[in-house]
Amino acid sequence: MEPIIELEHVDAGYPGAVILKDVTFSVARGEVFILLGGSGCGKTTIMRHLIGLNPILGGKLTVAGMSWGPETRDALFRKIGVMYQSGALFGSMTCLENVLLPLEEFTRMNASERRERAMECLKAVEMADAADKMPSEISGGMRKRAAIARALALEPEVLFLDEPSAGLDPITSSALDDLILKLKEETKMTFVVVTHELPSIFKIADRAAMFDKARHGMIALGTPQELKETSEDPFVRKFFNRGEVHG
Amino acid sequence: MGLFERVGRATVGWLADARERMALLGESVVSGLSLIVRPRQFRFGDFLLAFQRASYGGLPITLCIGFLLGVILAFQTASVLKSFGVETFVSNMLAIALFRELGPIITAVILAGRTGSSFAAEIGTMKVNEELDALTTMGLPPVRFLVLPRVAAAIAAMPVLTIFAELAGLVGGAIVLQMMGVPTVVFWRGVSTSTTVYMICEGLTKGALFGLLVGLIGCLAGVRTESSSDGVGRSTTSAVVWSIVAITVTDGLLAVITYVWGIGMSVSL
Ligand SMILES: Nc1ncnc2c1ncn2[C@@H]1O[C@H](COP(=O)(O)OP(=O)(O)OP(=O)(O)O)[C@@H](O)[C@H]1O
Ligand SMILES: [Mg+2]
Repeated sequence: MEPIIELEHVDAGYPGAVILKDVTFSVARGEVFILLGGSGCGKTTIMRHLIGLNPILGGKLTVAGMSWGPETRDALFRKIGVMYQSGALFGSMTCLENVLLPLEEFTRMNASERRERAMECLKAVEMADAADKMPSEISGGMRKRAAIARALALEPEVLFLDEPSAGLDPITSSALDDLILKLKEETKMTFVVVTHELPSIFKIADRAAMFDKARHGMIALGTPQELKETSEDPFVRKFFNRGEVHG
Repeated sequence: MGLFERVGRATVGWLADARERMALLGESVVSGLSLIVRPRQFRFGDFLLAFQRASYGGLPITLCIGFLLGVILAFQTASVLKSFGVETFVSNMLAIALFRELGPIITAVILAGRTGSSFAAEIGTMKVNEELDALTTMGLPPVRFLVLPRVAAAIAAMPVLTIFAELAGLVGGAIVLQMMGVPTVVFWRGVSTSTTVYMICEGLTKGALFGLLVGLIGCLAGVRTESSSDGVGRSTTSAVVWSIVAITVTDGLLAVITYVWGIGMSVSL
């Protein structure tokens, strides 16, 4: 399948601090790709490179055939939606206004169409009841769901989710997995997801990449089944057999 | 680490820092100028909210400080001038001092403490919460979205606040002189003979310039906040400190420039 994200020998990190060395993988259009690894191993760091917030330290990264740069930025930002680890809702706006903002800025819809679209996104994450609440009035899990609704509003080609199910109860978490599968089915959206939840990984993932902090690099790449059954790496085996990893 | 290495590292760090500041400043200027071409990109609602908070919200403290400043100045100068029997000239002195220097300066310092610090804290908290990243990846540059409306609000609020501070100062002076036996009518006549429209405009323009400095320094401190627990606190402090430094230095420079060029020297007592 045609790749939408390609990394070739990418060094990930921050100026003066390489966190992950020589990372090579690609994400195919329409697949659900999982980033795995212990806490602090650099999953968020990789994601920040993919979404164009931090420049890579070496190697080659393309998203939808383009490298991040001043000329491609705006075009690429329109293709992606991001849910940050903390939700990152705008604190001065209600949940609904948060979802409305991208619609106001980037579409020609009129007010009622925008509202309808925003409510549709909030309903998809079961947040319609809390539409008029401020982010400070809702729980962490609810904030994440509202953030997903905001990321969905403009129907991005790739949706990046940083630990969407952390802090959610199993039922909501499973509903979120269903939502991802449904969106994948209906819209051919690509998903890059950071998660630790084994059930969720087996349910939604097409492929996964695993990183290790101690070895500063990617240690496994493949379908969850492959990783679980064929990986020789003790770290990978421990993760899949215990279901827990402590970075 | 040897001395040379430490000095080297500090210098490199400082240069990188300075470059980042310059880049941010450049971005602000460019997106400010691009508003001329695309005025619809201006967040007018945010501007109004920030303006209202800066001006209306800052009015009580500005009036209070302006009034007390007038009272103090009048008292101090009147006691000296009284021994020459010319305490009526306090009004002239007060008008010139307030309109040309003290009005804009004191208002700008209050703006730095109230509004500049709140810009830094507000934007800094957003930075820590990844809200600035969220804006960026939504294709809404934080500089255009957050910085421009706030800086514009600070610029617009300054002349309004300055006028009020100056009037409050004059009222304070009038009351003091009234108590010392100078009739209020005489006081206001002194004020009106020694002030020119040019002088008032000069002060207000200076105020607007200080507003630009306070707004920019506050917002940029917010944008550069580090994601640590004391990050927001430190940006707030640096916003206020650097605003006050910038105000004072700019005022000094302006004083020299106007002196050298002989602008505004035609004031007659
Ligand atoms: N701004 C930064 N500058 C330098 N180093 C950083 C910065 N942010 C994070 N790091 C370092 O990068 C490493 C990876 O951090 P990252 O946030 O990517 O981890 P993570 O895999 O997302 O962990 P978690 O599961 O806890 O979210 C950490 O060791 C951290 O100390
Ligand atoms: Mg993370």
